[in-house]
Parts: sequence; structure tokens; C-alpha cells
Amino acid sequence: MTHETYLLDRSKLADSHTLEVARADGAYGALQKVFESSMSPESVVGEVKKSGLRGRGGAGFPTGLKWSFMPNHETDSRTRYMAVNADESEPGTCKDRILMREDPHCLIEGCLIAAFAMRLDAVYIYVRGEYRLPYDRMQAALDEARAAGIVGDNILGSGYSCEIHMHKGAGAYICGEETGLMESLEGKRGHPRPKPPFPAGFGLWGQPTTVNNVESIFNVPFILARGADWFRTMGTETSPGNFLCGISGHVERPGVYEVPLGISARTILEDLAGGIWKGRSLKAWFPGGSSTGVLPADMLDTSMDHDSVKAAGSMFGTGAMIILDETASVVRSALVLARFYEHESCGQCSQCREGTEWQEQIINRLLSGQGKSGDVELLVDLSKGMFPGKTICALSDAAAIPVLAAIKYFREEFEACISSPEEILA
Amino acid sequence: MALTDALKAEFDNLCTKYPHRRAGLIPALHRCQEELGGWISPEIITDCAEYFKLEPVEVYSVASFYPMFFLSPIGQHVVSVCRNISCDLRGACEITSAATEHTGAACGESSKDGRFYLEEVECQGACTNAPMMVVDGKYYEDLEPADVARILGEIQ
Ligand SMILES: Cc1cc2nc3c(=O)[nH]c(=O)nc-3n(C[C@H](O)[C@H](O)[C@H](O)COP(=O)(O)O)c2cc1C
Ligand code: SF4
Ligand code: FES
Repeated sequence: MTHETYLLDRSKLADSHTLEVARADGAYGALQKVFESSMSPESVVGEVKKSGLRGRGGAGFPTGLKWSFMPNHETDSRTRYMAVNADESEPGTCKDRILMREDPHCLIEGCLIAAFAMRLDAVYIYVRGEYRLPYDRMQAALDEARAAGIVGDNILGSGYSCEIHMHKGAGAYICGEETGLMESLEGKRGHPRPKPPFPAGFGLWGQPTTVNNVESIFNVPFILARGADWFRTMGTETSPGNFLCGISGHVERPGVYEVPLGISARTILEDLAGGIWKGRSLKAWFPGGSSTGVLPADMLDTSMDHDSVKAAGSMFGTGAMIILDETASVVRSALVLARFYEHESCGQCSQCREGTEWQEQIINRLLSGQGKSGDVELLVDLSKGMFPGKTICALSDAAAIPVLAAIKYFREEFEACISSPEEILA
Repeated sequence: MALTDALKAEFDNLCTKYPHRRAGLIPALHRCQEELGGWISPEIITDCAEYFKLEPVEVYSVASFYPMFFLSPIGQHVVSVCRNISCDLRGACEITSAATEHTGAACGESSKDGRFYLEEVECQGACTNAPMMVVDGKYYEDLEPADVARILGEIQ
């Protein structure tokens, strides 16, 4: 299977993270093109809109449309920011780390184009605290770019100025939620804010702010260099372009693969990841990270794009496929995830704070053979009470959805954990 | 250990990145933990509160929210084994057992000789290279249980 690639091409070069290698490979060419062709900020937003690029952080929101929500600079003179979301903590997801580690200059170029388009004053790249090497590579790349006149004052002699700053988090999943991220960046606990107000109106320090995922911004230089029409030659009508699919779990060749949106999940598993390990067969798979509902083996022909995965009853999420072979226990995986969401709930909303704790307790007792009759139904009712729209942020949904999906397709595995009275007496 | 003048000078520089000084708090706590004994002591809390013009309880409330900050003294080398789904599917439990065996520490505890602190952590974003662990901030990926003793044994 061959298809056009662009996201990971540069990262295959030796020392791709250095300015010298990146520039020789065309880095900052798109930025230069924007300046030299005297494009207006509005026409840059227009090109990104036209490309149909959708956010790669999990929700799949159209990037150009999000940018156009920033207030008019003529009537709103407040300071304008972007926060790049490099918190990457959705289980299964490990693509942004590769982009930052191997090709930091492309992310910087994307930030500068976004900054020009939205007339930003500064960009913060919020990197999860554990990502030391990606952070250091980004910082070194920024220092090099600044010294070369690419970041800071009068970028490439254009008269346009913008600062980019690195910021280090300290290991909390909830800081990947965009408003939790902003609170955390301000030096507070990462408690998500109620929406509205939305970040474009009231973001970092109350100023207009756009939050985008690393991979979303990474696509931008390619769109500007080669055009929205080129971008639309890859992927599907409603989900154009390529994406980075991290495939993990019970496969022969786990890895991060660049593929067009709309590719079949089977092609990714069988052709790229070498199929299920140890000659076993597939039991279940998460299409896009731990927060997306698990799907059974017979749905492996689903296309990996936002609309198709949604039609299959799950979500595209971060495009990170997690694979469970025939020997895996779906109940155990449910426990591992319940424990995670319980640990990561920030505790502001009772449905989420209590719900995740009870989910963990019930699944735990099922697995340890202490399950009571009615427990599976209790788990379903409890999870249904946790969403949608009942809490400040979507972590509660993210905890409830995988449990409901697991019970939908593998109910007998949960029921089998409940001992009958005869078994208990025996 | 108290906040040093060198760190204060570093923080003066750090805070220029932000329109409000407080935004420097979390990066500053990282530096304190790195330089001042591996944990956030009550003295660091008080000193950071003074530096950032906050109440000590505000600094404490922030530090206690984030799993990367330790609020009590721990072993010299921090060993964090990922327990989340991709690692669990590929044998994270055996990695944890091997680490317990080598260090003599249970999860969430330090070894008797004070050399190691062992913990289980959530997804570290290295899922396609599972199972994995982090030792003193460095990632070790694609692990076999036998690798653990070798890696920990090489730590001085
Ligand atoms: C609990 C939770 C955790 C999230 N974690 C991340 C994350 O680690 N990285 C990310 O880019 N988006 C994450 N998101 C999504 C962000 O809120 C936001 O939608 C995204 O960063 C927007 O960028 P995009 O439009 O470019 O995708 C998370 C959302 C929720 C509800
Ligand atoms: S839904 Fe959960 S994580 Fe989100 S704000 Fe409420 S308690 Fe916090
Ligand atoms: S699940 Fe272990 S690194 Fe992601």
C-alpha cells in the first residue's frame, strides 16, 4: 500500500531537529511564501478553512473555523494568544511527542503562520512535564530560530513580530482539556472552566485565545506551501489530509504510522502493524484512544475518519488504535481505564468525581470475584448518569463511554464475573 | 533547603515570559524539586509563596494537584512504571514486579536504603513502545522484565 506522505518525511533525515537540516528541507518556506505573496491574515485563515483541516486533539473541530472565532482586532484591542496543546496524555496516544522531538521547526513554523493569521501577540506551547526530550528539542529549536531572526521581532524581515514560549506542565491528564490547560498555564490547579465563555472571547488571563493540538498546527505549513486543493487530495471529503495513527497493544509492529484519513482500520492493523501478535486473532479495538468506545472484531473494516467511526458508534478521537487480542480481558481493560479516570478527575463535578470512583469500585469487585447480581446493570445506570453535558468538561463523558461500549459488546464477560449463589456456596 | 539566590535569579528571567508572574509557579516548582532535594518541602512552599507573592496555602494547593510533585521526601532515584492500557496489555505488571524485586520497594514507597522510590504512573505517551518506565526523568521503552534489573543496576 502506498500513499502520499508529508507529516513524517522530514523526521526521516538525520538531525532533522536542527535548523540547518530543517531549512535545507524547506522549513520556513511556507512562512516566507505568506510574507512574500503579501497574503492578508484573513486569506491565511481562509486557506486553512478551505483545506477542511480538522483538529487532531480529539474533538475533530475544523481548525480554520476555530481561528475565525477570534474577535475582530479593530474592535477588540486586547492581547491575543494561542496555546498549543502538547499535554498528550490520552492513553494510546503518542504522536505529538514524535513531531516535537523530530521536527520542532515545523511546529514553530505552524505557530508563526497561525500567529500571523490570528494577529497573535504570543504563543505558548504547553508540554506535559514528563516529555523532557521533546521539550528540550523544542526549546533548542526556538533558540536557534530566534537567533536566525525567525521568531521574535521583525520575523524574516517582514515587519511582523511574535513571541513563542515553552511551558512545562506537571503530569495531569485534565490539563489537556483546553480550559484546564489555560488554568494550569496561569499557575493554578488544572480545573476546567465552565463554557461559555469560550476561549476565543475569554482565554488565557481573560484575553482572546485559541487552543490547538500539536498535530493540527503541524499540518498548517504544508497547507500554506502546497495549497488547500492539494491537501484535499488526501483523506475524505469531510476529513481531508493525513493523520498519525499510533497503533499499540497486541500487534506485531506497534508504531506511529502516517496514513490518509478514511483508510480502513484493517489496513492499518494488518498491513502496517503486521496483524495481531503471536498468531492470535482480534477480539476488540479502540479506534482513537482510551476515551473512544471499544469496537468488536467484526467492525474492523470501519474507515478511520471522523464521520465513519462516528457512524460505527464510536469516535475518531486522537486516531490512536489500541488492539486487544482474543486472550485479553475486556473487564480488566475496563478496570485499568476506570482507575485512570478516577485518578484524573479534578473533582469539581459530583457526577464525575463520584461516578469514576464507583465505576472503579464496581469493576474491581467484578474482577476480584466479589460481583453481586445486578452489578452490570448498576454500572450501566451509573455510567449513563455521568453524561452528556452534565459536567463542566468532557472527562466524565470520556470515563462513561468506554464502559458502556465494553458492556454493549462484551456483556457476557462482565456477567461471567458474577458468581451464582451455588458457586459461592461451593 | 531554602530557595537560593541563583534560583531566584532564574525565576526572575522565567517570569518575563508571562504577563503575570504567577504563571511561572509550576515551572519554578519543577526547578526547586530538581535542585533542592527531590521534593517540595514546607520551606520551599513558604519561600515560593513569598517569591510569587501568594499565600503558602495557594502554593501548596497547586503543588498537591500535580502528580509530578512530591510533598514528602522520597528515595534518591525515582522509578515510574506505566500501568495504563497499552502497557498493561504488553506486560506492565511484570515490569512492576521486576522493579519491586530489584529495589525492594513496594509501589508508592522508597527502598530501605533510600536509593529508590517506586511508583506506578498513568500513560506517559509512549504507548507504541510499551511496556515502559521512566527513571529519573529518562524514558526506557520496549522493555522486557529482564531489562529492569540491568537498567536499575547501572544507576550510580
Ligand atoms: C479530559 C480531556 C483531555 C484532553 N486532552 C488533550 C490532550 O492531551 N491533547 C490535546 O491536544 N487535546 C486534548 N483534549 C482536547 C482539548 O480540549 C481541545 O479540544 C484540543 O486541544 C483542541 O485542539 P484541536 O482543535 O487542534 O484538536 C482533551 C479533552 C478532554 C475533555
Ligand atoms: S467533568 Fe470531571 S474532570 Fe471535568 S471538571 Fe468536572 S470533575 Fe473535573
Ligand atoms: S499506556 Fe503506557 S505509555 Fe501510554
